[in-house]
Amino acid sequence: MHPALLGVITIVIGVSGCVGYFYGANLLLDKVIFPARGPNMGRNINRREMIRPWIFLFPAMLGLGLYLAYPVFATLRLSFLERGAGDVYTFVGFKNYVQMFAEDKFMEALRNNILWLVVVPAASTAFGLLTAQLTDRLRWGNFAKSVVFMPMAISFVGAAVIFKLIYEARPEDVAQIGVLNHLYLTFGGDAPQQWLTIPFWNNFFLMAVLIWIQTGFAMVILSAALRGIPEETIEAAVIDGANPFQIFFRIKVPQIMSTIVVVWTTITIATLKVFDIVFAMTNGQWETQVLANYMYTKMFVARDWGMGSASAMIIMLLVMPILVWNVYNARKEMR
Amino acid sequence: MDSLAGKKPAVVWALNISVLALVLLWLFPTMGLFVSSFRTSEQITSSGWWASLFPAEQTLQLRALDPDDFRIETSAGVFVVEGNINERDADPLEITTWGTSSRDPAAFVAGETSDLGDGETMTLSPDGTYIWQGNDDQMSGRGQRLFVVATVPPEFTTDNYKNILFSPTNSENMAKAFFNTLTVVIPSTIIPILIAAFAAYALAWMDFPGRALLVAAVVGLLVVPLQLALIPLLQLHNAIGIGKGYLGVWMAHTGFGLPLAIYLLRNYMVGLPRDIIENARVDGATEFQIFTKIILPLSFPALASFAIFQFLWTWNDLLVALVFLIDSSGNTTVMTKQIVELLGTRGGDWEVLATSAFISIAVPLAVFFMMQRYLVRGLLAGSVK
Repeated sequence: MHPALLGVITIVIGVSGCVGYFYGANLLLDKVIFPARGPNMGRNINRREMIRPWIFLFPAMLGLGLYLAYPVFATLRLSFLERGAGDVYTFVGFKNYVQMFAEDKFMEALRNNILWLVVVPAASTAFGLLTAQLTDRLRWGNFAKSVVFMPMAISFVGAAVIFKLIYEARPEDVAQIGVLNHLYLTFGGDAPQQWLTIPFWNNFFLMAVLIWIQTGFAMVILSAALRGIPEETIEAAVIDGANPFQIFFRIKVPQIMSTIVVVWTTITIATLKVFDIVFAMTNGQWETQVLANYMYTKMFVARDWGMGSASAMIIMLLVMPILVWNVYNARKEMR
Repeated sequence: MDSLAGKKPAVVWALNISVLALVLLWLFPTMGLFVSSFRTSEQITSSGWWASLFPAEQTLQLRALDPDDFRIETSAGVFVVEGNINERDADPLEITTWGTSSRDPAAFVAGETSDLGDGETMTLSPDGTYIWQGNDDQMSGRGQRLFVVATVPPEFTTDNYKNILFSPTNSENMAKAFFNTLTVVIPSTIIPILIAAFAAYALAWMDFPGRALLVAAVVGLLVVPLQLALIPLLQLHNAIGIGKGYLGVWMAHTGFGLPLAIYLLRNYMVGLPRDIIENARVDGATEFQIFTKIILPLSFPALASFAIFQFLWTWNDLLVALVFLIDSSGNTTVMTKQIVELLGTRGGDWEVLATSAFISIAVPLAVFFMMQRYLVRGLLAGSVK
């Protein structure tokens, strides 16, 4: 069957299935199982209102449970197993982890990931805050914000192509078509550089892609937070003779600190999962490996599911503090 | 209060200029791709894309007319070929310097005469006319090569797009991948919205034991890396017979999109006025009626926000498609995957790469600029409280 036709059929089945389920289940509950009439009317109404939330929740809980909660435990289990001949799994304890930590490529991925986690959220948040502050009172500020926000819509793969063009190196005797080498030669560089193959520094050239994408996100949220600062606090500071830098760092930043933390942690999560950029630009060569790409290589190239799962668990472990912190905050807010 | 009021003009100028610099810095990368996609491969390799926006000096290699057909004997043993190099081109070239050897294409100023040895001469005028003179022996074979340094106006072409989107013979045709991506995206965007909207309503406005726990669970699942889900779900899909295919990728995207959908919609629904819902309950409306007649229409902004998020995310996704969709036949490849492949096989062919990448970027960019308001609103609802 043609996939587009299959798609249309899926939409129709999916949508009508969802609507049918919700409508039918509600109807069944109201008219058949606990009808609001007869001798048990009061009890019936109470009971059906107890059941109804679960009808509303069931498909979502099934989806969340099957596609997000169950895999966490399944991956944990897999990380302690080893696949032998004939798809027989045997329990090997921490062997996968031990083996992984002994691998240079894994340690390199871990080191790079930590480097990414330090640089990308800091740089994106700083650029975002700077842009938000600079464009705040500008007449064409909204246009400027749109432009900085735009990379959010661009895929990591698209961004990888865009930045590969920037980093392109051509032989010394012909025109440079990568802007970085063009500038490098204009400002006194001796020979065109293959930027993505220079160990250690190439990590930063990859990070630039994510910073370019994430700055817009930080800017949008911090800009809204800056707008929310009570004017009186700034007025008071102006009257007291504070200069613009003091107003910014002593008055504004402390008041939006909680938002800065939210932005920072959100970008941290995005950074931890970064896969496409490295996969498309270097595929982990020249010491640019990161955990997500290491995991992909282990799972789908080397077909070592034990070690792949073990490295996925390392990513999960790194996400854990933020997960706990988010849940803690959400609970606090619900009260 | 406007904190700019009463500031020195110099400060305002500095502010405007620094924002302009920032805007240009952020626009520059995408512009490079966009401009390159309208240039031929020779243009791309001969100069940086930023130079293509202005008239540029270029070295062109041309050839004088074939002497065997066009030479005229002016006097005994002296032959002349006259012509104009512009005859072949629609736009007349503005010639600055020229030469007869590739080593030194700028040897002569326009109007000068080059001595080719043994009395053979070539004269090229600024308007493109040339006079080539020599004896019988010299004036035979192929026409004399001319290297012209000329100022060429910016020139762009849509051939790359024709080639990549509409050429059926091209093996790198993106049309198929474009439709595959579309096939992945639309059901993956619509279905989670429906499922999540019901759940969000229950979590926002229905009272039942365990509600707070469920909300906390959703918040927790929001950050679970989908890397963990790959192997167990692939095993699951294989076990229940879906294998790799559209059905699997739709289900995976639905599952992965649910936490954000529920979270966004619940946050929005909680903020709806309590009176409306309670009045409706008092008037005897069932929960199902309240949901479909009141909550859904009122939640349109939040639904739109999530729809855009999910659209962008599924359109731009590579990992989920790689794991759950693309099999060894390659018939179901999506655009992101095809571009990654091109990066490997056609690494230096920027006209192919830039055009393919821009085709895949164009749709999300259009959605972004049309729906930016909802996107911003969704982001704010999703992270600031």
